[in-house]
Amino acid sequence: MGGLIPAAVLIADALSGQLGANPIQRATLQTGLLTLALLVLSLACTPLRLLTGWTWPARIRKALGLLAFGYGVLHFLIYLLDHSFDLTLMTEDVLKRPFITAGFTALLLLVPLALTSTPRAVKRLGFQRWTRLHQLAYVAVSLGALHYYWGVKKDHTPPLIYAAVIATLFLIRFLKRRPTRPGRQVGSRPAKP
Amino acid sequence: FTRPARPLGPYDTSEAITPYAQATSYNNFYEFGTDKSDPARMAASLKTRPWTVRIDGEVRKPMTVDIDTLQGWFPLEDRVYRMRCVEGWSMVMPWLGFPLAALIRRMEPTSKAKYVQFTALLDPKQFPGQRQPVLKWPYVEGLRLDEALHPLAFMAVGLDGRVLPGQNGAPLRLAVPWKYGFKSIKSVVRITLTEKQPQTTWALAAPQEYGFYANVNPAVPHPRWSQATERRIGELGRRKTLPFNGYAEQVAGLYRGMDLRRSF
Repeated sequence: MGGLIPAAVLIADALSGQLGANPIQRATLQTGLLTLALLVLSLACTPLRLLTGWTWPARIRKALGLLAFGYGVLHFLIYLLDHSFDLTLMTEDVLKRPFITAGFTALLLLVPLALTSTPRAVKRLGFQRWTRLHQLAYVAVSLGALHYYWGVKKDHTPPLIYAAVIATLFLIRFLKRRPTRPGRQVGSRPAKP
Repeated sequence: FTRPARPLGPYDTSEAITPYAQATSYNNFYEFGTDKSDPARMAASLKTRPWTVRIDGEVRKPMTVDIDTLQGWFPLEDRVYRMRCVEGWSMVMPWLGFPLAALIRRMEPTSKAKYVQFTALLDPKQFPGQRQPVLKWPYVEGLRLDEALHPLAFMAVGLDGRVLPGQNGAPLRLAVPWKYGFKSIKSVVRITLTEKQPQTTWALAAPQEYGFYANVNPAVPHPRWSQATERRIGELGRRKTLPFNGYAEQVAGLYRGMDLRRSF
């Protein structure tokens, strides 16, 4: 629930004219930043557990991921509003402007993840396949950071900070990977009854 | 803003003037910081008096002149100009100032003068943004001499009948309304007539994205976004961007025979 506070603040700011002279541009930027930040946080859960042994990050991971998706959708809707819901313009942007292509692809990649966020979906897909599917989040967050980097006019420091954080999280996962024990390979688990 | 109490001149737009609060709080002026709210917040650190302007290069009488003396040379005029930022937003600004042509004629260019180079103040104490190497400081800009002599090219010292606020480029800034906003250099300390095309800050920073001419052109997209439309500050929807920002009738002739897709 706390994750909805930024949305409430954004709406309150919009209604009271606090978003400045170019409110749509500001709302686009803020929802985009929220999406990226929440996505990074959801991907920080596992490295955090690996480093500390805490279990609580894993419990909020799903909520963070879904919030990231929600703000991503909002970000996209504001972009559409900005272009008067002109789908021709949008298609042109997606096809011709790498910066938009990256952001749009990132959002598309999050759709199957949001759809399979329930325990039932995990069961239906099987844990292995579900895990592999959800590794798309790594691609999505990288594309999201690229989208941010390409989107800023000149000051690349903030997007580079995001990129560094993402790279660090990947590195922790890589270094802390459970060593594969002999005799326990993928698919060798006994089939479920 | 109040519309100047006078009949519209040949270069004025009759479009709604952007509210003063917005025109002075939403600015790109990286010398104060890269956020659009930075300039208004930091502008107090800029001291605009005393202020001198160096006039040199291919001129008969190079000199350093005090800003009050300089602006006293010319009768001040109001000009209501559109301003289109390369980022896809625009404003309508009621400038107060004098035609650049009047200043250049007074500088007495030599026959070698082909371009005008402008240099902004370099002082990280007054311009905290200059402590970051976001751009190569000081900010420099330039015009071809015939562009600079065009009656639309304007030097502003005021806004809305008042002294120009720091965030809008006090005490002396360029206003070339048919070009993207970054051409209209702020807080000018030096004007140099040159034989060769001068370097310009944004073309140095990203030559494939920002050219020397930077004429507003809806047909030439920025590599990362379209330039076909713009948001007029204060409006929710977007409007179509016009060639030369709506000043084609006045300035298109300056570029006859040029390929403006290449000379962007």
